[in-house]
Amino acid sequence: MNLTLRIWRQTGPEDKGRMVTYQVDDVSPDMSFLEMLDVLNERLILAGEDPVAFDHDCREGICGMCGMMINGMAHGPQRGTTACQLHMRQFSDGDTIDIEPWRAQAFPVIKDLVVNRGAFDKIIAAGGYITAPTGSAPEAHATPVAKADADAAFEAAACIGCGACVAACPNGSGMLFTAAKVTQLSLMPQGQPERYTRVIGMLDAHDEAGFGGCTNAGECTVACPKGIPLNTIGRLNRDFLTATKKAAGKPGS
Amino acid sequence: MAVSGIFFVLYLIAHMVGNLKAFAGETAFDHYAHWLRDIGKPLLPGVWFLWILRFALTVSVVAHIWSATVLALRARAARPVRYAHRPKIQGSYAARTMRWGGVIILLFVIYHLLDLSVGTLNPVGDGSKPYSNVVADFAPERWYVTLFYTLAIVTLGFHLRHGVFSALRSLGQQTPKGERWARASALAVAILISGGFLVIPFAVLTGLVS
Repeated sequence: MNLTLRIWRQTGPEDKGRMVTYQVDDVSPDMSFLEMLDVLNERLILAGEDPVAFDHDCREGICGMCGMMINGMAHGPQRGTTACQLHMRQFSDGDTIDIEPWRAQAFPVIKDLVVNRGAFDKIIAAGGYITAPTGSAPEAHATPVAKADADAAFEAAACIGCGACVAACPNGSGMLFTAAKVTQLSLMPQGQPERYTRVIGMLDAHDEAGFGGCTNAGECTVACPKGIPLNTIGRLNRDFLTATKKAAGKPGS
Repeated sequence: MAVSGIFFVLYLIAHMVGNLKAFAGETAFDHYAHWLRDIGKPLLPGVWFLWILRFALTVSVVAHIWSATVLALRARAARPVRYAHRPKIQGSYAARTMRWGGVIILLFVIYHLLDLSVGTLNPVGDGSKPYSNVVADFAPERWYVTLFYTLAIVTLGFHLRHGVFSALRSLGQQTPKGERWARASALAVAILISGGFLVIPFAVLTGLVS
């Protein structure tokens, strides 16, 4: 396959950045999207040019490091798939592919396709934990959990924090991520003591980080490589309504 | 957003049911319109009920537009650099037309008030004869009025399609089964309300109401 790539190049946070066109020839349809970028980078390095910087780690779709807008779709055209698990057979010979970093105020570009997702860490630090001493793994039946709750919590816990929800959201909102991190704990008995301080703290951190507001547009859930359902945000809303009714304080108070 | 929106939906249902009185004939329709001014008598003097309703609607409009503006400004600030490749709409089309749809609906409401409440843009424009005003409005030679009305109502339908679902979600709808129910009811509300409003101009156009 011969492809034309238009890639966002930006030397650093202060650089204005621009789309640069590259030609990549002899791409195998069995390559992953990132392997195709590796091929381009090898060629750039041999030519003495600066390779395209992009985030990646496990390359098996579970770490959440990789992620880029491919033709205006977060992680590319295949649903439920991270960019590293996307294969070139999803494209045709002669295609032009636009590759851009996640665009959000809260995710400043570090270089090329690499963005700083530290804003997600701030949201987690504001309540995405339990304070109960957990020790070693307890006996599985010691604390009964309803099967439906366990399933819903596990569904939310599948979030890998890649940021595709923010990238795809027309409002630049990080609500699906925040909702997943709130829900995975609030559905569990272990998450109950901080349930209502957690949702307020995490939402405050979300808003402070510069993410937009959620309008339930539903783009996030389509883009999510882990298929976190949109009703997760409803669970967050329900927790938030209860929390504000109880006038619960902020975490630590 | 959700609370003012739900108030609008309730108002729209009452407004639509009232409009359908047009099929009961001129006397019934005019009688209904005059009755609107007398609701609450003798507890509320004169047209007080109508003014209370108008006040509540104005407050809701301001609240609705204010919340929408805050959300739109936050969205703009949250993505200062736009995508070069415009993101494809993969979710709901209705959800992505909320802002411009809302502007179209607002413009329509202003026209609608000047047309059938104040009467300045109506060919008859007689406040005591609402039925004649409506019939004159959608006369076949004024096809452009009917066209604009239809466009505005279809836009309203899309706005309701996402708005009702989104309001239920904001107010805490949280289960997957409930989501299917919420989407279905949003679609039903959108179709029923836009359909109920659209039958009037087309009934006038085809001579069913004259």
